[in-house]
Amino acid sequence: MAMPTKPMKIRAWIEDGATNVATIKAIIFHDMESGLRKDKASGQTVPAHFITELNCDHNGKTVMTCMWGPAVSKNPFLSFRVKNAKKGDTIKLNWVDNQGNKEVGESKIE
Amino acid sequence: MIQTRRTFLRASLAAGAVAIAAGAGLLSPRSVLAAWPKNAFEAKSLDEAMKTVAGASSATASKDIEIEAPDIAENGAVVSVTVKTSLPNVEQISVFVPKNNNPLTLSYNMTANVDSFVTSRIKMRETSDVIAVVKSGGKLYSSKKPVKVTLGGCGG
Repeated sequence: MAMPTKPMKIRAWIEDGATNVATIKAIIFHDMESGLRKDKASGQTVPAHFITELNCDHNGKTVMTCMWGPAVSKNPFLSFRVKNAKKGDTIKLNWVDNQGNKEVGESKIE
Repeated sequence: MIQTRRTFLRASLAAGAVAIAAGAGLLSPRSVLAAWPKNAFEAKSLDEAMKTVAGASSATASKDIEIEAPDIAENGAVVSVTVKTSLPNVEQISVFVPKNNNPLTLSYNMTANVDSFVTSRIKMRETSDVIAVVKSGGKLYSSKKPVKVTLGGCGG
């Protein structure tokens, strides 16, 4: 499996009682191969394949940039909080991996 | 690192190409700044990794950084780590596992528009400290938490 099999999932919401702060939770379906693992059948080392950079945008403005290495777990999970947020705002995540694959995902704050 | 003439030439050529691309408006300033720090992720020692990604190999221990991670991780392939801090003007949060082949696991560039709070899942080869380094107002602060790993997560 080289490319993600499923699109990423993003949930963004303002918790009850919280004002202007949105919680974002996202999961990306990606193997995150470290380049150290050997394929059990062939005995060959599986080449490194991992997300290097993930941009988190709030209404089109980058609020956080994630630099990831091969030691981030398979199917990476990320949670963070965005300030000055309101319902209906757009959260957009886009990533690129070390083999040039890309994905963009978007969600509205609930 | 020993820099031979060849690698020096290659590095300066690459830098030149970036400068030309930036000058021609091919790259936005943001994507130049956000270049993935390959050397930091490939560094074998904690000092080198920290210096490359955060700018210095030492950090002041701080009680204002909280690391949430399990005391015992049954599966080193998936260790949930949350870092939060009350330090002001947080620019960067990085997480290191000194006993991994490459200590740097991830590094987040923060802005004033996010809370100083991130959760991710990382791989740990063996029992080790998890070290969070926070860049706040240009200075480095750190905190650590030991995590016991019963099944390593980097090989296979």
